[in-house]
Amino acid sequence: MTVTIRALLGASMLVAAAGAASAQTTITVATVNNGDMIRMQRLMPAFNAQHPDIKVNWVTLEENVLRQRVTTDIASKGGQYDVLTIGNYEVPIWAKQGWLMPLENLGADYDPADLLPPVAQGLTVDGKLHAVPFYAESSMLMYRTDLLEKAGLKMPENPDWEFITEAAQKMTDKGVGIYGICLRGKAGWGENMAFLTSMNNSMGGAWFDMEWKPQFNGPEWKKTLDTYLNLMKQYGPPGASSNGFNENLALFQTGKCGMWIDATVAASFISDPKESQVADKVGFAPAPVRKGGSNHGNWLWSWNLAIPATTSKADAAKTFVAWATSPAYMKLVAEKDSIANVPPGTRTSLYKNPEYLKVAPFAQMTLKAIEAANTQKPSDKPVPYTGGQFVAIPEFQAIGTAVGQQFSAALAGTASADQALAAAQALTTREMTRAGYPKK
Amino acid sequence: MAREVSKGRKAAVTLLAWGVALLIFFPILWTFLTSFKTEGEAINSHPSFLFFDWTLENYETVNQRSDYLAHFWNSVVISLGSTLLGLIIAVPAAWSMAFVPGKRTKDLLMWMLSTKMLPAVGVLVPLYLLARDTGLLDTKTGLVIVLTMVNLPIIVWMLYTYFKEIPGEILEAARMDGATLSSEILYVLTPMAVPGIASTLLLNVILAWNESFWTLNLTAASAAPLTAFIASYSSPEGLFYAKLSAASTMAIAPIMILGWFSQKQLVRGLTFGAVK
Repeated sequence: MTVTIRALLGASMLVAAAGAASAQTTITVATVNNGDMIRMQRLMPAFNAQHPDIKVNWVTLEENVLRQRVTTDIASKGGQYDVLTIGNYEVPIWAKQGWLMPLENLGADYDPADLLPPVAQGLTVDGKLHAVPFYAESSMLMYRTDLLEKAGLKMPENPDWEFITEAAQKMTDKGVGIYGICLRGKAGWGENMAFLTSMNNSMGGAWFDMEWKPQFNGPEWKKTLDTYLNLMKQYGPPGASSNGFNENLALFQTGKCGMWIDATVAASFISDPKESQVADKVGFAPAPVRKGGSNHGNWLWSWNLAIPATTSKADAAKTFVAWATSPAYMKLVAEKDSIANVPPGTRTSLYKNPEYLKVAPFAQMTLKAIEAANTQKPSDKPVPYTGGQFVAIPEFQAIGTAVGQQFSAALAGTASADQALAAAQALTTREMTRAGYPKK
Repeated sequence: MAREVSKGRKAAVTLLAWGVALLIFFPILWTFLTSFKTEGEAINSHPSFLFFDWTLENYETVNQRSDYLAHFWNSVVISLGSTLLGLIIAVPAAWSMAFVPGKRTKDLLMWMLSTKMLPAVGVLVPLYLLARDTGLLDTKTGLVIVLTMVNLPIIVWMLYTYFKEIPGEILEAARMDGATLSSEILYVLTPMAVPGIASTLLLNVILAWNESFWTLNLTAASAAPLTAFIASYSSPEGLFYAKLSAASTMAIAPIMILGWFSQKQLVRGLTFGAVK
């Protein structure tokens, strides 16, 4: 008898639980394997406590797989995802296609004005935010203070490429395995071309003129590539044509590099004594300029959360997106982990927080680099495109990677600088003509 | 009389075989070793082979971060399901091609194989749309169907070559004794072709287990198998080699163990009919 009653009770409880579960909205979030995103997944209990009616499924993928996967889905209106993690390269392109939901009214305590202006600007189309950032970076120069001192040099406030060359030469000591400078060499639009496009901006160059004509036959690209090849061939590590961010990070952390110009996020890795052997000997400076110039390259990358226009769960998705990028979330990270782990580069308030400035010696330089980045006008010349270390047109992924392969070959020594530039000019002209530029 | 083989030559051949085997196995061994290193040790430009501080922290992190069992279960269902479904279709197909070939059988076989010559990404969008409209996106059923299609040519080809080795007279004799078509296939042909069918089955389970294009592109959260589990551990900015190695080791371990236990069948099947 009691058994029956118990069984009945159990069954009715199960039914009740199932009823409660069905009132839940399940949203699927596609994201990258990025430290900040992994942390967010760990902090989900806090979100669930506030919003028991929303269940979040995570799909974490490698960046390139994610890009292909999410593009297929959104272009075919597959509707697999309710929240997408996309870069500031995709946001303006996708927003213009009408693929993204404009994000307004994200709640009373969201404070959109607190978002760093250059970052927010890159996500704004027709005056409306189409994605919100949870992480942003620019580029800067990271160097070994001890090696610079040994070389008898002092880091200027705004180093130029001539100074970098001189410093690289004096810091290099190949006998003990120290290379004056480490830069990206691996081919790809987000690999070596992110660095070289940005370097070319600082040299006063551009990808295209106002008629969308490629500029690889101009003096700026020539100067950029010559300087880069000279630096890397004389003072760079061996096998640099296959080095990307992670390879250079490993080299710098083990004391093999005198200088490294790359994403600002690297600063937190190289000054972490748990990971880096040189943590107490690193200094930071703005990304180099040309002599007398003031353009630091305008590198700006942000990872953002966006909601596809096709989702049927817009409200739940919006609630999640607002939570994940809110000031309250930053406070949560500071409480649960540490203030040093708050996602960088998105909110002004973080850089005004004295506690953060104390634990992150690179914070001021990061902020300065992001604020200096102007993605609306990346080059000193008038250009028909936006974007900093990339050109915000759909064709750029393919063209950028093809050009990157030419430049990587020049670094590996299988082609000369002039051959690489001529090939880049030819292939870019061909692809742009095929794509129908100049467009009206 | 068998040709005499000198001791020196025998030793050289053995050494060479071991060398080649080790070379082929080395990436897996290295992945396995890396999974026990710290991230810093994993990217060291002077890596140590065995003498480092062995740690289990990568496995701990991977288990905390993702649901291994759910991915594992999806992999099992998808690879076994697609292989079994493929066999059910391929055994009769291969039977008819091997024993009652028509004028166009050879062309048919070639045509089936030609579907494997098209790069998968070429049909990604059409298949994606089909899956979307039939509601099969991110379902195990959808993946079982797609992987069956993808591997069917290989299954048919393998079975066809095995069946060709079986003398048709035996089947004729069975027919003389009054066996129906189904009992002929089930009781006469299949038992004789067991090694062939077993190796086809094993090879296809391995192929389906490792298939990463469709399994990544047609899944999101609920049907994602171990390939998606691995893909979540690569990162463009930040160190990931050790964690990725741990995830990979966990993903290939089941299939390696299966291969280990069934290697006898696998080798027998693959060399079936090679020596007469």
